[in-house]
Amino acid sequence: MTGGESQAVVTLVDLHRSFPGPPEVQAVQGVNLSIQQGDYVSIVGPSGSGKSTLLHVLGLLDRPTSGSYLLDGVDVATMNEGDRAEMRGARIGFVFQAFHLLANRSVLDNVMLPMVYQSVARKERRVRALEALDRVGMGHRIDFEPSTLSGGERQRVAVARALVGRPSLLLADEPTGNLDQENAAGVLDLFDDLHRSGITIAVITHDEWVSGRAQWRVRMTDGQLAAA
Amino acid sequence: MSRLRVVDLVDESLLGISAKPARLVLTMIGTVVGIAALVATVGLGQTAAGQIAERFDAVSATRIVLSAKTSAQFRPDDPAAPRLPWDAADRVARLSGVLAAATYTTLELDEEKVSGVDLLDPSGATLLDIPVVAATTGLLDAEGGGLLDGRMFDAGHDARSDAVVVLGLKAATRLNINRVDARPSIFIGDTAFAVIGIVDSVSRRADLLESAIIPNGAAARLFELTAPDQLDIRTEIGAAQQVGAQAPIAVAPNNPETINAQVPPKPGRLGSTVQADVNALFLAFGAVALVVGGLGIANVTLLSVMERTGEIGLRRAVGARRRHIAAQFLIESAVTGLLGGLIGAAVGIVAVVAVCVARDWTPILDVRVAVFAPLVGGLIGLLAGGYPAIKAGTIEPITALRRAG
Repeated sequence: MTGGESQAVVTLVDLHRSFPGPPEVQAVQGVNLSIQQGDYVSIVGPSGSGKSTLLHVLGLLDRPTSGSYLLDGVDVATMNEGDRAEMRGARIGFVFQAFHLLANRSVLDNVMLPMVYQSVARKERRVRALEALDRVGMGHRIDFEPSTLSGGERQRVAVARALVGRPSLLLADEPTGNLDQENAAGVLDLFDDLHRSGITIAVITHDEWVSGRAQWRVRMTDGQLAAA
Repeated sequence: MSRLRVVDLVDESLLGISAKPARLVLTMIGTVVGIAALVATVGLGQTAAGQIAERFDAVSATRIVLSAKTSAQFRPDDPAAPRLPWDAADRVARLSGVLAAATYTTLELDEEKVSGVDLLDPSGATLLDIPVVAATTGLLDAEGGGLLDGRMFDAGHDARSDAVVVLGLKAATRLNINRVDARPSIFIGDTAFAVIGIVDSVSRRADLLESAIIPNGAAARLFELTAPDQLDIRTEIGAAQQVGAQAPIAVAPNNPETINAQVPPKPGRLGSTVQADVNALFLAFGAVALVVGGLGIANVTLLSVMERTGEIGLRRAVGARRRHIAAQFLIESAVTGLLGGLIGAAVGIVAVVAVCVARDWTPILDVRVAVFAPLVGGLIGLLAGGYPAIKAGTIEPITALRRAG
């Protein structure tokens, strides 16, 4: 909602996701959501509200049972697994609560990893990884191993890894869940910076304070979305 | 591999296995032992075959001994019993590949002892138990012998049944005879024999050095020898098999089946049977070790897949396809096997060389073995990695990423 000419990155229309039982669980029931380019949206809800399922669907890690999902205008609900993997690598940048950095690999290696699966030339990988690390303020730690970094630093590296593929959507799942207040604030400041530079961000959280930092937010309750 | 270069895949795999070097070593041990056992077995087999071929004995390999078959239906003095003809040596000499031939018969002289006459012992004649051998003129040639002094008897001596004798060196020493120009003579029984030569070396029938050798003619006239016992043939190298087959026919054209030919075994046959025994045992051991090694790789790779679900989930989240994940683990186990094979081949070659140093052998190893052994290791790793790789490919990123880690 940054202007009239903005185009939808994500469009969900009457999206359902149920898990066959017994008993059958309706995790996501008839969600409609549109995220425009440059938006910073938070999806907030208690655990069990279906927000994780929605995150998986948004991240192409899971398929909706029914309804449609357009990512950058492309219908990804019916895509085959290989194309979805490709789409995921090219359009989605994940930030996880548990960071999921590879131990024994340097910060730089970790950030270059997604490009391995996208046929980016080796020299180009390094340039782009350094650029992304600079962007998150970790340019001085490229040869460190993740285990030597603080939680906040690790999450910054994870954000750099998410950005390096130039995704359409940065998808963060409880990005501050493993961080103390200070580091969490630092990561959220980083998200603000990224938002200002035009990155589209969706944060899924149960934390009202985290979701309050977003440009706009929606609340998920019992599988259904409501503006909050 | 769409969108994933092989070099990157290999890169990721190598980084994957090098993350835990201690585990890599443990994983490889089975393959190392198996490949080392196989390489050492093949290497030692080839080396041993080489040694046996090197020790190939030109003397025994060119020797054939013909004799008449003894049979229960004939008493020893039965005139109808099969026997070698007097001219057996001449008959086989015409065969291609025969270098020399001579008959050889140890005379059974119970009463008649050999005695020298040079020394008059007041206490009585020095009667000695010296074996007396009747032979044809080609004996020294056939046995590879040499004379210290004098000469061998010739066809004339034989034909005239002359009482001449050629002494072996040891027999001559016992008789106190060391030269023939003094025209010494000895007694065999009551008959005086002129000593015309002394033999000081033979390459077979070493007992000739302790014997007195007389011509067949004299043996027939004086000691009632009815037929020669054995026919010794020296062949050209490599001709023994063929001559062995032909000689009985040449000697007894009407009934060659009555002649027994002792032919040396084909060169290498002995070696190959020894080798086959050793090989079967060690190859079995190596195969078992390889199976164990393969199971080890499969097991550890499977464990590694379980441990690294978080990593797999992440890779899938950043765009890896199932087959990229599967290929990575497959290459990891193949490289593990390849490394194990390389180390195993090296250990096996060192073992072969060590044995050769200890036994003073020349190590022989087919270069192809050294090249194929690591490849076999890699193949085992590849096979062992199949199931874990499929397992890794089926891990769902959602479940993998949900776990804290």
